[in-house]
Amino acid sequence: MRASGKGLRSALAAGTIAVLTIGAAGCAESDRDNGGGEGSASGGTFIFAGAGDPKNFDPIFNDDGESFRPIRQMYDTLITHKPGTAELTGGLAESWENDASGKVWTFKLRQGVKFHDGSPLDAAAVCANFDRWFNMKGEAAQSQMIYYQDVFGGFAGSKDAVYDNCKAQDASTAVVTMTRYKGAFPGAFTLTAFSIASPTAMKQYDSDTVTQNGDSFSYSAFANEHPTGTGAFTFGGWNKATGEITLNKNADYWGDKAKVDKMIIKIIKDENTRKQELRAGTVQAIDYPAPADRKALADEGYKVLDRPAFNILYLGINQKNPKLKDLRVRQAIAYALNRAQLVQTKGPGGAAVADEFLPNTVLGYAQDVQKYEYNVDKAKQLLSEAGATGLTLNFYYPTEVTRPYMPNPQEIFTVLANDLQAAGIKVNGVPRPWNGGFKDDVQQFGKQDLHILGWTGDYNDPGNFVGTFFGRGKVEFGDQAMTEMFDAIGKADATVDQAAKKTAFEQVNRDLAAKWLPAVPIWHAPPALATTKNVEGLVPSPLTAEEFNTVSVTK
Amino acid sequence: MLRVISRRLVQLVVTLLALMTLVFFWLRSLPGGPVDALLGERATPQTRELLTRALGYDQPIWVQYGRFLKNVVTGNFGNSIRTGEPVTEVISRAFPATVELAVAAIIIAIGLGVPLGYLAARHRGRLLDNATIIVTLVGISIPIFFLGYLLKDWLTQGLHLFPPSGRISTGMDNTDVTGFFVLDGLLTRELDASADALWHLVLPAVTLATIPLAIIIRITRASVLDVLDEDYIRTADAKGLRNPTIRKRHVLRNALLPVVTIIGLQTGALLAGAVLTEKVYNWGGLGTLITDSIGGSRDYPVLQALILLAAAVFVVVNLLVDLSYAVIDPRVRVR
Repeated sequence: MRASGKGLRSALAAGTIAVLTIGAAGCAESDRDNGGGEGSASGGTFIFAGAGDPKNFDPIFNDDGESFRPIRQMYDTLITHKPGTAELTGGLAESWENDASGKVWTFKLRQGVKFHDGSPLDAAAVCANFDRWFNMKGEAAQSQMIYYQDVFGGFAGSKDAVYDNCKAQDASTAVVTMTRYKGAFPGAFTLTAFSIASPTAMKQYDSDTVTQNGDSFSYSAFANEHPTGTGAFTFGGWNKATGEITLNKNADYWGDKAKVDKMIIKIIKDENTRKQELRAGTVQAIDYPAPADRKALADEGYKVLDRPAFNILYLGINQKNPKLKDLRVRQAIAYALNRAQLVQTKGPGGAAVADEFLPNTVLGYAQDVQKYEYNVDKAKQLLSEAGATGLTLNFYYPTEVTRPYMPNPQEIFTVLANDLQAAGIKVNGVPRPWNGGFKDDVQQFGKQDLHILGWTGDYNDPGNFVGTFFGRGKVEFGDQAMTEMFDAIGKADATVDQAAKKTAFEQVNRDLAAKWLPAVPIWHAPPALATTKNVEGLVPSPLTAEEFNTVSVTK
Repeated sequence: MLRVISRRLVQLVVTLLALMTLVFFWLRSLPGGPVDALLGERATPQTRELLTRALGYDQPIWVQYGRFLKNVVTGNFGNSIRTGEPVTEVISRAFPATVELAVAAIIIAIGLGVPLGYLAARHRGRLLDNATIIVTLVGISIPIFFLGYLLKDWLTQGLHLFPPSGRISTGMDNTDVTGFFVLDGLLTRELDASADALWHLVLPAVTLATIPLAIIIRITRASVLDVLDEDYIRTADAKGLRNPTIRKRHVLRNALLPVVTIIGLQTGALLAGAVLTEKVYNWGGLGTLITDSIGGSRDYPVLQALILLAAAVFVVVNLLVDLSYAVIDPRVRVR
């Protein structure tokens, strides 16, 4: 009796579930395209493994590589780089000109270029972008315009603002006037953050509305769902549940049209997993393979593509410590380091010892700076001359982080510390987590005597390297009084004539090595890409600014 | 029963409130706030100041706390600092991923664990029993991330039997209805998507299931052994009940009580395991979210909501476990 009751109950339950399932199956619509996206003449799909989530797709509100990767495919800048180099070439502007005062920039725009929404790219559209940035309202929005603040100094109403106005002289000539000359230009016009977006789409989708909610804020529909530029790919959606950003070929692109029909950026945060996906053939290219995996991947037939180095790792010296104010002690530190060996044992493939704080592709790189070849005896001698024998130094290094210029901070620290010990300098290693420790201690509080840190260049300009580190007094290097250095860099940066600027920065670099030595340059380390065998045409960019329209995937 | 439930719910609210306060102040006492994490190396001091003001971090901490409480009570958990989306949206996207994974793991753990434990007990001291003990020992002691990497290395790299990571093949273009990909595929008749999602689910679920599986086997075995020694089993046998009836009605049912308790307790362990499993398999669920919002970005709003959610799930599951005692064993009175 009871048993049969139970049986009835389970039968009922099973029936209910079945009915529900079938009912639901009738309700839920598949929203797949039935247009047959993969036609016979298909250029196929290129799947690239990115390393992190983008923030959004409004160029001006971003400052990180993972956001810039998709943005770069969808937008263009006025000036860009020749593929594979840091050399400037025309982008949306066919040519550009700077007047004698250095304040007026005239851009001759390419004709017939259209935004993805069909509106024309003309001088008015370019000026609308410059005006939009300058007149951006609200602290929330302004606080996210990191590159703008850095390059353009400030917003409407600020006395530091570099931008003055933009005039459309005719449909294809935009004239941008600055309040003063700034050395960052024209290089800074290549920054992905300053990509030109469709004014029509920005207006339609409320691009400037950054709403605040409690502790944080959110971006517009333009930034999230309707990014509209002129680039080789159009936006096909960001599926956050699967971590896929889809980009579709822009059939009306003004330049070389994309070879593939579709590109998917698949976000895989774990380095090891990216490698495994590449090996499983589920992605065709990955960024930043671990230096340790390079050889294995190359041996297995994958293409490991080195980017030309556009970065610098340095050993910072904090002159808050009076002993380190003595140039001889800083030179002793430089002599004590066996950088050639470090590059060989710990450097990623293609790394090279750095003698200056900028790569040799940048204007103002001097061929004849003082070099500090590894020499322990010289180091000891200098230390004793300076009366600094028995020196003990706190050496800060970051943990929980890898940077393109610093794939393995802990190991780099160990090697450098051993070198210093060998020269009689006692090293007290202080590991600190990158966020929440290292950056604060080093850059805000200056607790260290020595530290390792580096930089990847944003654009081709010496000011972006040397000026960033040594152009003003920074806690990181301790000395607010090296005014000679600040002035020299400031002057070089303000030189309008390019030939004179080159000479001035060459002298700065000579003096940095021989006279000032505020830090020791360690290496230039190129970050790599790896692809499967059937990927052709991927040109690695020194600025990690690859454009994927040239990529094709063979079967 | 109703009184029990309502009392538990009140307890839940008090617990959550206390936890919330704790979490709020704990997060803010950590070095390195979201401002630094958000800005990176390029930011000028002016930008830093702007952002600090925009986020309200320049105000006294109790003002921030008051604003936080007010928001939470009105159901507003704010937006993710990292992505700018409402926290509720971020979490409700990650939640199905983890639930799908956890349910699959629990199905494996119970589906294999209870029968294996029962069989081991019935064959006490024999080969099957000993083998089970060894296997469970390994299952309990092997770290999840290590097992994950091993499985991946064996089955996804050389052999390509399973995909190395993710919930579904890239470019599958599946329609998202509930967020449970396997179910969605069935609902929309995108059977290829459903099969693909299931195929992606196998390794992570097996990885996550090992520890609960081992524990369930052991508890079931011990519990069945205890019950087999009980007088009422002998009585049932003596009065001539058929063996299957004894096993089903008397042994298994009575032996299940401790097993159910353990399953409840394992929910917490499953969440912890999910953090590791999801990292290994790039799963994109709550575990991934926890790692993301603690690491680098210090995404306070997301983190606060996640901790509350985890606590709530834990309390509710344990309530359900308590209630289920009454169903399994009428002698237990829920009070």
